Amino acid sequence: MEAGTSVATGSRPTIGRLPAVRRQDVVFENGLRLVAGLILALIAFFFVRLYVEASPAFQRFGLFGFVTTNDWDVSRELFGALPLLVGTLITSAIALLIGVPVAVAAALFASELCPRRFRGPLTIVLELLAAVPSVVYGLWGVFVLIPNLQGFERWFASAFSFIPFVGGGAVRGPNYFIAGLILAIMILPIVSAISREVIATVPQDHKEAALALGATRWEMIRTAVLPYSRAGISGAAMLGLGRAIGETIAVTLVIGNAPTIGKHLFDQGYTLAAVIANEFGEAANDPIHRAALIAAGLVLFVLTLIVNAGARYMVRRAARGVRAPSGGRAAAPGAAAA
Amino acid sequence: MSELIHLSAVRRRRDMLMRGLLAAATALAVLPLALILYLLLKKGLGAWGASFFTTDPNGNFLGDPGGIKSAILGTLEIVGLATVIAVPLGIAVALYLVEIGRQGRFAGAVRYFVDVMTGVPSVVFGLFVYITLVLTGVGGGFAGWKGSVALGLLMLPIVTRSAEVVLLLVPDSLREAAIALGAPRWRVALRVVLPTALPGLVTGSLLAIARGAGETAPLLFTAAIVQGTSFNLGQRMNSLPAQIFNDVGQAQDRLVARAWGAALTLVLMILVLTLTARLAARRSRLA
Repeated sequence: MEAGTSVATGSRPTIGRLPAVRRQDVVFENGLRLVAGLILALIAFFFVRLYVEASPAFQRFGLFGFVTTNDWDVSRELFGALPLLVGTLITSAIALLIGVPVAVAAALFASELCPRRFRGPLTIVLELLAAVPSVVYGLWGVFVLIPNLQGFERWFASAFSFIPFVGGGAVRGPNYFIAGLILAIMILPIVSAISREVIATVPQDHKEAALALGATRWEMIRTAVLPYSRAGISGAAMLGLGRAIGETIAVTLVIGNAPTIGKHLFDQGYTLAAVIANEFGEAANDPIHRAALIAAGLVLFVLTLIVNAGARYMVRRAARGVRAPSGGRAAAPGAAAA
Repeated sequence: MSELIHLSAVRRRRDMLMRGLLAAATALAVLPLALILYLLLKKGLGAWGASFFTTDPNGNFLGDPGGIKSAILGTLEIVGLATVIAVPLGIAVALYLVEIGRQGRFAGAVRYFVDVMTGVPSVVFGLFVYITLVLTGVGGGFAGWKGSVALGLLMLPIVTRSAEVVLLLVPDSLREAAIALGAPRWRVALRVVLPTALPGLVTGSLLAIARGAGETAPLLFTAAIVQGTSFNLGQRMNSLPAQIFNDVGQAQDRLVARAWGAALTLVLMILVLTLTARLAARRSRLA
């Protein structure tokens, strides 16, 4: 918009602008600038308010003590968030282990193997998973997944009991595995959408070169597509992780809400997000409990902040790396959808 | 020669195997959607009846638990107000980023924090609005409009990000032509850039609305759960996600049946929004 300013400040009065018009533009620009500044102020305010409201909990238990104490007991007013943090990490890890390979495979299939005319519909179907609300996933988990997967979970727990953390206890109805599985389904659409965007930036020349050298389709994917898009796919996985960490309602319904560190994969647990949704009602009139829940929210906020910053960095770096060899014509992938 | 053919047979088999695995994984990815939609139709349609959409939950301990009228109306009101808050603000921020800020340092900071906002879990937005608006007792305790603020915060970055992408697609030649004709910049932005980008802006906004309509956690802390129909956004207000969450927690068959019916209603609403958005996007690409 340099042209606009140069005309406006031009010396020739015939095409120079009326002072009234110039004033209108100044008002317009500063108005928009104000709105944008408001967003910055809002986020700063957001962070400060959360910290102020959480500070009674940090004062009582210490910033470090709050996240490293393994004791969350409302009746004794003891709030150590370690079981919640561990629950969040375990369920998110399960979600990544199950969700990312499936999502990347689906993205590869949709962009490299699928017949061209089915590509559009397949893409839409994959994205529709994101249209199902969290609470509906929870409903489905409670009344469909939990009862129907019990047999499989018992078999799995006894067949693979030699793996640490898998066997060694009774299979509970609501448990880490069910929560992780639902999270895996919930992060599928975003991971596969961004992976697909990244895969789409692999230069056609590279793929054709691989095929011309006699590579099969899979060898083409392995030697041309995957190495090129690895960083972007890692970024997509991290964005999925950010989603999984913050997911609340579905997890609350299927994790059992037990404030202890579960002993194995099929044990009950709790997560940072779930504890907020679940105990918030009873904490309304108990200042220290409320502060502890807000502190849990703050920890959650910081955790997602770190993970998302990492994801953005990776996707951006992938975009830059992509641009260099293809002669500067590729648009930044993922950066828009991230 | 025979060595080469033998090798290629192994490679061909591996190729078939990997293609099969990728196809199987894709089927696995689509499976949950099919299962959920099937169960929603099966159990949800069973709950739908003449009185399902015309009565409020009555809280009776036995017998007919009532329908979801208040939940549907509450969702429409809360999400409607959230849209009125988030869409103009979100587009204004995008307009600033594209038309004025461009690559400047302040614009970079705004862009970064909008990015940060997209990653904030919805439960944290709910908590924030609870602290700032409910605890402080601005206009009473829980209220529908506070739910709208929470959803608006959630939707705003989605609107901004999609709008920025679309506004960048508007060719500079259009802007330059308008400026050459003597139009002030605000008129260029409002009368040339925004109308050109309109279909894309609609798509992004619809997707943001669809996202907001399905959120539960922010509403639990702000609009709470009630039974009766309310047209007053200043009071507690029911909503579909909160109603479903509450019914699932009660674990009674008749309430769970209502939850399935309400879930089918909610998913259909969101699917219509999403598909409309996709169709609008497709049309704009052709134009």
